[in-house]
Amino acid sequence: MRDFALHRPGSLSAATAAFAGTDGEAAYLAGGHTLIPAMKSRLRMPDALVDLTGLGLSGISRDGDRLWIGATTLHADVATGATAIPGLACLAAGIGDAQVRNRGTLGGSIANNDPAADYPAAALALAAVIETDRGSFGADDFFQGMFTTALAESEIITRVGFAIPQQSSYAKFRHPASRYAMVGVYVARHAAQGSNTWRVAVTGAGTGVFRWTDAEAALNAGSDTAGLVLAADDLNSDIHASAEYRAHLCGVMMKQALATLA
Amino acid sequence: MQMTLTINGQDHSVEAPAATLLVEVLRDQLGLTGTHIGCDTSQCGACNVLIDGAAVKACTMLAAQAQGAQVTTIEGLGSTDALHPMQQAFREAHGLQCGFCTPGMVMAGMEMVRKHGTTLTPELVTHELEGNLCRCTGYINIVKAIVAGAAAMETQNA
Repeated sequence: MRDFALHRPGSLSAATAAFAGTDGEAAYLAGGHTLIPAMKSRLRMPDALVDLTGLGLSGISRDGDRLWIGATTLHADVATGATAIPGLACLAAGIGDAQVRNRGTLGGSIANNDPAADYPAAALALAAVIETDRGSFGADDFFQGMFTTALAESEIITRVGFAIPQQSSYAKFRHPASRYAMVGVYVARHAAQGSNTWRVAVTGAGTGVFRWTDAEAALNAGSDTAGLVLAADDLNSDIHASAEYRAHLCGVMMKQALATLA
Repeated sequence: MQMTLTINGQDHSVEAPAATLLVEVLRDQLGLTGTHIGCDTSQCGACNVLIDGAAVKACTMLAAQAQGAQVTTIEGLGSTDALHPMQQAFREAHGLQCGFCTPGMVMAGMEMVRKHGTTLTPELVTHELEGNLCRCTGYINIVKAIVAGAAAMETQNA
């Protein structure tokens, strides 16, 4: 790994100042379980890292109909602490492995927006609000395709507010080695707002997380989802699975998620 | 950069580049070679150490990030004269063959006890071992060792 300057600020303003003051490329470090491997393989060679774990951005609290989770909250702590949304706790308990969950963070996962990451599916299906040091985004506007988000260059996620649904569940077909989702589907039934109560988000299948609007419409109409097929045209095809295979998995994972709503 | 690390209860002052991984400091600077580097890609768990009691992969953490925390390596768990119950269980259950993955496996067992207590089922252990790879044993005796080691920790604490 190429060397870099390491900053360990104690406040948001010091963190953004360190980022902005870097001569060259700066990167924020949280759990580091994506960034450090990328740096070891020299896919990333930042000149400075700004550690965000000393900013006090960890913790879980409920405020009305939202569950707020701090950006540097560990996956392991969401797995045990997000009891208001069992589907979200279950999702966190299935990220990576036990050791990864002791380091990886919610904010890191969402800011990275890996097209096969788990948390973006939860954020989208649970109509999350993503708060930053300078504003907030709705999940529908935040995720903008592969490794791309609405975050500005030095913007820092501070916390994420998930709408507490009536019921929700996440099912994923994991790649056996990487443990990322080949396909993951998060389904959530929210308190009725007109006829729209269901949100269905798919990760791993496309170039970024997306809502499966046909599935939402079918669920909202109370019709059978068994025959629903997602068009394979825009889905990923690689050495692990063809687009058609992933399209099929979307239906299977949605069925599994619907069978385990909690 | 200058950093102070607390390893197995002892403070160490270390001078190393910021890019130095925790496992590199442990092995190359402090001579604590019980922590192994297997895959170096966060997959195999051979480099597991405990940070404030929680198992993490020392190949995917900067040494500087361990400042202020209690780091426990396999050397800090037991000694050759007085093995930790989890280590003793690996010996008795023949939970190893070549032994390369063993320090990480023992630490994974410690993590399971921290999270789930001392009564572990083989099914739970099998599931929780997903972050550790062994290329010799087929895992059967490793699972037996962790179940027995956890139970022995209960006895020890009783």
